[in-house]
Amino acid sequence: MPLLLLSLTGCGERALNDPYPAADAGRAILYTTFQERPKHLDPTSSYSENEAAIIAQIYEPLVQYHFLKRPYVLAPLTATAVPAPQYFDAAGKRLPDDAPDEQVKRVVYRISIQPGIQFQPHPAFARGADQAYRYHGPAARLPTPFKTLADFPQTGTRELEAADYVYQIKRLADPRLHSPIVSFMGRYIKGLTALQTALEKAPTVPDLRELELDGARVIDRYTLEIELTEKYPQFVYWLAMPFFAPVPWEADQFYAQPGMAERNLSLDWHPVGTGPFMLTENNPNRRMVLSRNPNFKHETYPAEGAPDDAEAGLLADAGQSLPLLDAVHFQLEKEDIPEWSKFLQGYFDASPIAPDGFDQAVRIAPDGSVELTPEMQARKLRLAVTTQTSTSYIGFNMLDPVVGGASERARKLRQALSIAVDVEEMISIFSNGRGVPAQGPIPPGIFGFEDGEAGINPVVYDWQQGRAVRKPLAAAQALLSEAGYAGGKDPATGEALTLNFDAAAAGPDAKPLFNWYRKQFAKLGLRLVIRLTDYNRFQDKMQHGSAQIYAWGWNADYPDPENFLFLLYGPNGKVAHQGENASNYSNPEFDRLFVTMRGMPSGPARQALVKQMLAIVRDDAPWLWGTHPQAYALAHQWVKNVKPNLMARNTLKYRRIDAARRATLRREWNAPVWWPVWTLGAALLITGWLARRSWRKRQQARLA
Amino acid sequence: MIAYFVRRLLYAIPILLGVNVLTFALFFLVNTPDDMARMQLGNRRVTQEAIEQWKADRGYNRPVFWHAAQAGSAKLTDTLFFDSTQRLFTFDFGKSDAGRDISEDLRQRMWPSLVIALPSLLLGLGCALSAALVFAWLAGSRLDFWGGVICVGMMSISGLFYIIGGQWLLAKLWRIAPISGYGDGLEVARFVLLPVLVSVLAGLGGMVRWYRALLLEELGKDYVRTARAKGLPDGLVMWAHVLRNALIPVLTGVVVLLPSLFMGALITEAFFAIPGLGSYTIEALQAQDFAAVRVMVFLGSLLYIVGLLLTDLSYVLVDPRVRLE
Repeated sequence: MPLLLLSLTGCGERALNDPYPAADAGRAILYTTFQERPKHLDPTSSYSENEAAIIAQIYEPLVQYHFLKRPYVLAPLTATAVPAPQYFDAAGKRLPDDAPDEQVKRVVYRISIQPGIQFQPHPAFARGADQAYRYHGPAARLPTPFKTLADFPQTGTRELEAADYVYQIKRLADPRLHSPIVSFMGRYIKGLTALQTALEKAPTVPDLRELELDGARVIDRYTLEIELTEKYPQFVYWLAMPFFAPVPWEADQFYAQPGMAERNLSLDWHPVGTGPFMLTENNPNRRMVLSRNPNFKHETYPAEGAPDDAEAGLLADAGQSLPLLDAVHFQLEKEDIPEWSKFLQGYFDASPIAPDGFDQAVRIAPDGSVELTPEMQARKLRLAVTTQTSTSYIGFNMLDPVVGGASERARKLRQALSIAVDVEEMISIFSNGRGVPAQGPIPPGIFGFEDGEAGINPVVYDWQQGRAVRKPLAAAQALLSEAGYAGGKDPATGEALTLNFDAAAAGPDAKPLFNWYRKQFAKLGLRLVIRLTDYNRFQDKMQHGSAQIYAWGWNADYPDPENFLFLLYGPNGKVAHQGENASNYSNPEFDRLFVTMRGMPSGPARQALVKQMLAIVRDDAPWLWGTHPQAYALAHQWVKNVKPNLMARNTLKYRRIDAARRATLRREWNAPVWWPVWTLGAALLITGWLARRSWRKRQQARLA
Repeated sequence: MIAYFVRRLLYAIPILLGVNVLTFALFFLVNTPDDMARMQLGNRRVTQEAIEQWKADRGYNRPVFWHAAQAGSAKLTDTLFFDSTQRLFTFDFGKSDAGRDISEDLRQRMWPSLVIALPSLLLGLGCALSAALVFAWLAGSRLDFWGGVICVGMMSISGLFYIIGGQWLLAKLWRIAPISGYGDGLEVARFVLLPVLVSVLAGLGGMVRWYRALLLEELGKDYVRTARAKGLPDGLVMWAHVLRNALIPVLTGVVVLLPSLFMGALITEAFFAIPGLGSYTIEALQAQDFAAVRVMVFLGSLLYIVGLLLTDLSYVLVDPRVRLE
C-alpha cells in the first residue's frame, strides 16, 4: 500500500493526503468550499449568499462597494461614476435633490459606462469569416457531438455596451427566469410590471431586444437611462447587485438552441460576464473553478482605504492589476469535520470555525476578548471577528389576540418578555459568545446604529458603569402585573398564562435551546409551549399569521437603515401584503417617519428620524429583539489582503496567495506517518502465522 | 424459464406503480407545491404570484391524483401523477425542479458511486470470505474465539464512527490519504482508498460472522466427513467442496446488490464528498426536489426488482437442481 500511494502522488513530490492534482502545485489558486450546490448562476434569478460568492466574481454591475473604505461606500465598477438620481415633477420640471417625495413623479439615472470593457471568451461570441455568429443565428453550425462548452472549438468576445444592462433589466421581467425581485422592482422601474404581464401572455418567447421598456433605455453605445416612478434613493445600492449586471443577448440566443438544455448548458449554469474571473469548470457535484478572465484589464487594487489599512499591509498591492489570483477552486465539502481538518492541513486557505473546532481554535481571554489558541498561533493563523450586518430576532405576531395589538396590556406583556429573555445568556450558551445583543433592528455597521449609551434600548437595558445592563427580573414582573398577568397568571383561567412559540424543527441540537426558552418564560410564571413543525408548515403559519411567537432573521441587502426598518413598516406586513414584516406590525407614526426617512440622505437629520423610529418600536416591542451574530473566520498566513466586507461579494479579485510559502508549509504539516501501516502489516503476518501454527497443530493431532 | 422472467417482469409493473403512488402520496403529504416553490425561489421578497408562476411552469399547479374539474378520462389523465408516471415508465426523466437535466446528472454521477461501491463489495467479499474460512477452519480455537469477539465488536459500532474514525486516523493523524474529495483519471485511486477501506471495515464484522456460520454448516455435512474419511487433505476439502457449496447463499446475496451499486451510499458519499448518486439523492431530498426524488425512488425500486430477478437466475446457474417454472 505505501508503494501504491507513493506512486500515485509522484514519489513524494507532494503529501499523500494532498487532495489536489500535481499540476496545480505552486499556482496562485485560492481553495475554498461550498456546502450546497448553487441553484442559480443566472444573475436574474440568483439571490443567495453561496451563489453570490461565485457570480459576483463573474458579472460586473455598474457599481461596487469600495473594498477597504468604511463605512461602506459605493465606487464605480463599469460605470464612469456612481449614478446620481435626477428628480422631476409631473410637468417634467427638474426638482432639487431634497424635493419632497410626493412632488417627485419621475426619477432618472443617466449612467455612462467605461468604453473598452470586453466580455470573457465564449462560443456565443464566435464569428466566422463573414462576421456571422458561428454557433447561433441563421448561419449556426453546432459541433457534433457536443457535451460541454469545451466542445466548441472557437470562442470570441465583444465590447460591453449600455444595451447589455438594458437587456438584463428586461430579463428581470421574463417569467421563465423567476426573478425574486421583479415584483419589488416593478413598483419602481417604469413599465417593468407591464413588460412582465406582456411576456406572460406571449405565446412564444420573444427577443427581449425588440421589446421596449420605458424604465430602461439606451441613449448611446456607452450610456443608458433608468427611470423610476417614485423617489427611491436606495435604488443605487441595487445597482451594485448581480440583478443589474450586464448579460449579452448572444448568450441567451446561444443557450436557447435545441440540445443545450438537455446537456445542462444554460446561462443558469454557465455564466457569461466581464468580471475578473470566468467559470471554466462547473461541476456542482464536485467543484466549481473560476479562472482568470484573459480579457479583464480595467481595474487595479485600490490605493486608499481606512486609516489602519496601510499598517495592516492592506495597501501593499496598491495599483496592481487585478485579479491577483490565477484561479479560485470552490470544492464541494458537505460536512464540517472534513472541511475543518483540510483547513488545518493547509488544503483550504480560509475557513469559518466549525462548531466542533471552536475550542481547538479560539479561547476567551480573562478580559473577555477572543484570541487564538497556542496551537493556532503556532500556525500563524489570522482570526477575523466580524459582527454581521444581520439581525436574528424573536418576534411577536401583532395580529395575535394575546401578544399582539396596540393595547397597553399587550405592549406591557411584550416588554416584560423582552426583559425576561436573557439574550446575553443565550449568546453565551448557544453561540459560544459569538453575537451582540440587539438594541433594535439595525445592526452595527449600518447607518442609524448607535453604540454606547445613546444606542441602548431603554425598555430592556440600563446604562451602568459604562455598559448596557439588562433590567432586573423584578422590572419584568412589574410590567407583567401592570399588563394584568400578576405572577404570570391568566386572569381568565387563574392558571399560568400559556404562550406558544412556533418554530421549525431543527434537529436534536435545537432541543436544549427550546428548553432554555421555556425556562426564560417560566421566570415570569408563564408557560411556554413549543409548537414544533417542519419548515414548510412553519412558513405557512407565518404566511397566514397563525404563529404567536417565532424566530426569524434578516441579512442586509445594502448598508442603509431602510433595509432593516422596512421589516417593521406596516404596508410590508406578511399576512396582508406578502411583505417581509413577519410580525405584521403597524404603527401609523412609525410608517409616516419611515416614508420620510427612506428618501433622505444619510446625515444628522436622518439619524434623528431613525432615533425616533427606534424609540417607537422599542416601546411597542413587536420583537423580543435578539442578536446580531458574529462570524469568526480564520485565514492562513499565506493569504493576503483579507479584510471582511459584509456588503461586497466580489472581493476575490483583491485576494493574493503566497503559493510558495503554502507549498512549503503543506509539506511540513503533512508528512506521512508510516509506522501504523508497518505495525498493521506485522500484526496481519503474525495472525497468519498463528493461524498456520494452529492449523498444523490440529492436523498433527488428527493424524496422531 | 423465459416465461418465468416475462411473468416476473409483468409483476414489476404494478409494483413500480404502487411505489410511485406511495412516493407521490408521501411527498405531497409533507410538502405542498408552494413549499417546493419557496425552496427553489428562496424566502426573500418572493411573492405569491412568483410562486404560482413557478408551479405553472413545472405543472405543479395541477391536482396530484384526481382532476375533478375535467371531464371523462381527463379527470385521471390531466394530473401530475399520470403525466409524470407516464414519462417515468418511458425513462423520460425530464428536468429536476432546479432546472437540470436528470438523465445527464444520473449519467455523470453513477460512475463515482460505482467506483466506490464495486471495490468495496469485492474487497469486502474477499476479506470476509478469507477471514471466515480461517475461523471456520479453526473453529473452537483461541484465534476463532478472539476473532468472534472482534467481529461482534465491529458489528456493534455505528457506520458513522468508521467514517469519522477513518478520516481522523488515516487522513488527519497518519496523513496517508486525502480526507475527502474526488479526482480525475488515475487520481481517483487516492480518493477511493479511504472510503473503500471504511466501507469494507464497517461491513466486515457482520459478513465474517455470517460466512463463518455458512461454512460451519457445510463443514458438518455428510459429504465433508466422507471426503475426510477418504483421506482428502483439509485444504482441498475446504477450497474445493465446502467453499463451493457455501458460496451459493453468498453469491445470491451479492447478486441482489449488484444493480443497486449504481445508486450509491448516502452517508459515505456525503462525508467523503464523492459526487455520486447517493449524495444526489440526499441533495434532492434536502432541496425538496420532487422531480429528482421520484426518479431516484423509481430507479431504486426498478434496480431492486432487477436484482431479485438476477438472484433467481444465479440460483439456476450455481445450483443445477433449481428449475424456474
